[in-house]
Amino acid sequence: MKMLTFAKRCSKEILRDPLNLFFGLGFPVVLILLLSAIQASIPVELFAIEHLTPGITVFGLAFMTLFSATLAAKDRESAFLQRLYTTPLKPSDFILGYMLPILPLALGQSTVCYLLAIALGLPVTVHILWAILMLLPIAVFYISLGLLCGSIFNVKQVGGICGALLTNVSAWLSGVWFDLELVGDVFQKIADLLPFVHAVELERAVIRGNIAEALPHLWPVVIYAGITLAGAVLLFLRQMKK
Amino acid sequence: MEAITTVDLTKKYKDVVAVDKLNLKIAKGELFSLLGVNGAGKTTTIKMLSCLTKPTDGDALVGGYSIKEEALSVKELIGVSPQETAVAPNLSVEENLALMCGIHGFSKEKSQEKIRTLSEQFDLRSILSKKAGKLSGGWQRRVSIAMALIGEPSILFLDEPTLGLDVIARSELWDAIRNLKSKVTIILTTHYMEEAETLSDRIGIMKDGKLLVVGTARELMDMTGAEKFENAFISIVKEAKP
Repeated sequence: MKMLTFAKRCSKEILRDPLNLFFGLGFPVVLILLLSAIQASIPVELFAIEHLTPGITVFGLAFMTLFSATLAAKDRESAFLQRLYTTPLKPSDFILGYMLPILPLALGQSTVCYLLAIALGLPVTVHILWAILMLLPIAVFYISLGLLCGSIFNVKQVGGICGALLTNVSAWLSGVWFDLELVGDVFQKIADLLPFVHAVELERAVIRGNIAEALPHLWPVVIYAGITLAGAVLLFLRQMKK
Repeated sequence: MEAITTVDLTKKYKDVVAVDKLNLKIAKGELFSLLGVNGAGKTTTIKMLSCLTKPTDGDALVGGYSIKEEALSVKELIGVSPQETAVAPNLSVEENLALMCGIHGFSKEKSQEKIRTLSEQFDLRSILSKKAGKLSGGWQRRVSIAMALIGEPSILFLDEPTLGLDVIARSELWDAIRNLKSKVTIILTTHYMEEAETLSDRIGIMKDGKLLVVGTARELMDMTGAEKFENAFISIVKEAKP
């Protein structure tokens, strides 16, 4: 109950910031519309709606990192978190309270993207529901990464690291915008070591309904999500003790 | 009966001794002020007593509970209004108060009753629907103190509650604090001599982490032969051995 009260507060703080709404919801929608318009004029397989949408839904989740990181860093910088540390809230209430409200936002963002994709010609199949569900591990990864960054960086640093660096890294190394094979072997190997391209390929395979192709990409994402979550919990607890 | 007893309470940060073997007893219902120049150890003392930071050595009993061993029980008893204004900026005043009610596990009925009572006590009715982040410094302080009182604390910590407020806002906040006297044990830190003299039952003066003297304003003036309390304070701090 106490955790839910705190979680409710966190979701209000995020949803009442117009910039969050633009980047969280508006930006992925704009990208799908823009790239679909380009695709209509100059057909490129990468930007075909069934190929593009899974990538955009994963890329859009990078903004969830910014949400959770900014909220945690802002609370830390103000005395608000200090006040809450003097209440009977437990560490688990804080961690779940920061993370849980962002999960529905992430799933909501992906649902909007897929609904738009349906309007633009994506066939309606049960695979879309699975694709939204399969976004959960990478959503946990992005949200945990935000909490981790928000526990160690200030608001300005969070803006640079999560807002600029992470969105670029997750864009370049995900295979959403260009075929990684075209860039070269080393680049592809680096991308394979990170979760972004696996999350995108997982989504694309699920949309195609190809479970055999999806599974090898699921495990790296789950492992990254688990490690990042553990790191976020440890660093949050460490800053709480400080 | 003591509300707070500290025994050799000490806090060290690397080579710096922020609080040095503090021994202090504060009676139930007393308003006790901690005075001192910057870096005297006032805020660190409050942070230790409110379980925000752990002592390096010594201990304190707050409401009979050890701040080292029974922090959660201490947190059930206390309310804290930190030095900086600690409100959730995107939440309305009413939502901020409701948040604290939820964190203390109050029922809906009890929450509504608490919000109504505190709104009247701190004259917040006209700003209940306004966003807390948009309020002036004086109003934010009032909201901050009201939030600290939501949990019906028997011990209230006010860390420089009138810092940066204009004369009128300060005077109004003094009235609010006076209304709390004897109902709640209050530990207040301040840089304003007049504030300490006007509001306090007893005053403790700290310098370099050490508690130099404790007494009523009158006792401290008699002790130094000063006619004004401010002169008594200056005399005590200047004459203290480094």
